[in-house]
Amino acid sequence: MSGVRVLVGTRKGAFILTADGKRERWDVSGPHFGGWEIFHMKASPAEPNRIFAAQSSGWFGQIMQRSSDGGKTWETVGNKFAYDGPTGTHQWYDGTPHPWEFAKVWHVEPSLEDPDTVYAGIEDAALFKSTDGGQTWHELAGLRTHSTGSLWQPGAGGMCLHTILLDPSKPGRIFVAISSAGAFRSDDGGKSWRPINKGLKSEGIPDPTAEVGHCVHRIAMHRSRPGTLFMQKHWDVMRSDDAGDTWHEVSGNLPSDFGFPIDVHAHEPETIYVVPIKSDSEHYPPDGRLRVYRSRTGGTEWEALTNGLPQRHCYTNVLRDAMAVDALDPCGVYFGTTGGQVFCSPNGGDRWVPIVEHLPSVVAVEAQTLP
Amino acid sequence: MIRVILPAHLRTLARVNGEVKVAVAWPVTTRAILDALEDAYPMLQGTIRDHVTRQRRPFLRFFACEQDLSHDAPDTPLPDAVVSGAEPFMVVGAMAGG
Repeated sequence: MSGVRVLVGTRKGAFILTADGKRERWDVSGPHFGGWEIFHMKASPAEPNRIFAAQSSGWFGQIMQRSSDGGKTWETVGNKFAYDGPTGTHQWYDGTPHPWEFAKVWHVEPSLEDPDTVYAGIEDAALFKSTDGGQTWHELAGLRTHSTGSLWQPGAGGMCLHTILLDPSKPGRIFVAISSAGAFRSDDGGKSWRPINKGLKSEGIPDPTAEVGHCVHRIAMHRSRPGTLFMQKHWDVMRSDDAGDTWHEVSGNLPSDFGFPIDVHAHEPETIYVVPIKSDSEHYPPDGRLRVYRSRTGGTEWEALTNGLPQRHCYTNVLRDAMAVDALDPCGVYFGTTGGQVFCSPNGGDRWVPIVEHLPSVVAVEAQTLP
Repeated sequence: MIRVILPAHLRTLARVNGEVKVAVAWPVTTRAILDALEDAYPMLQGTIRDHVTRQRRPFLRFFACEQDLSHDAPDTPLPDAVVSGAEPFMVVGAMAGG
């Protein structure tokens, strides 16, 4: 029977959760890299036992780890993320110019085809690529040097490139998202970029419909429909059906349209999931009730999923990279909380069970479907 | 040989226990020790000093012979006791919890 491997990054180490296709009994390994922040881990679709992990520390900076055996053993790979050429400035929180400075890797995105090719989204926002399995990294500088770069500004977590989506149908098409700059698309493998933020409206910037400056929290797509994108923005859940050229709001009946993650069901391209959070200054679920909301209509009409989730006194958050789906049937949905829980729904969200409940604060969750 | 004491997390990263010893050509300076350390343990590159600026990472300090050498110029010769191996060169993480 096929199984699933869930890669969990936390503030104090990595954990790997594995189960067979029933997803009832879990084996938990970790902490790996105990004491270090693991901001993201992801496996290569082309070689499932190859996993990349972004490991960092306020004391010791950035480390990159790679496993070739599904997370049993690890080796350090390259950790030099040097911007290509003069860095210039972006806006600081108060609008003054601030030089680009590398802080950490937020997201790793292995190539869909080549196990040696992997992308990294970093803070301060830039996109890097490795074609030697992570040993060396070079910047795809066309993004950072875009003419709007001087107008980008950090969100509360820093000016991070946190989302990288590779279009499976169009080689060379890459979507990225940056807080707080917005979404961008490249159609030439990352050489050139254009902002794709038309239709977004953000009250916290001087021009609410500006070309850039939007605090996009997460973008998701379904592999079978890469032209359709779903976005959780700082406020607002958005949808695009033209590869980001235009967006429209699909927040509908959500109790709050603030939140961080958004994801798409593995087999139903119109079924999407969000976790509403009360507000931008109250990063916990409305009414102390942890609810995932599911739309089966690609947005606008949402239903609360509560079976198995804490419905009183719950004040945890679910961060932008901390939700994932597997490709089993029925589709499994996973998310981790800042309270250290990782929940699994083995049936598309109808029922939730905690796999683990007392981890360090969860930053990232990825699900791998194993053959 | 120069004796170097690393913080626990860097010992784990470098897969070493206790002190490490590195050969350093004269004159023995902080820069020379870090160069030798990174040659011997490449996984430490970027963890003690920034890859690009080569500056000491802000939450790390360098101690030896009960002195804080963190703010000395990196090419300042180190005390004789470090050069002779009588005293270790210590890379110390700032006392900041988290």
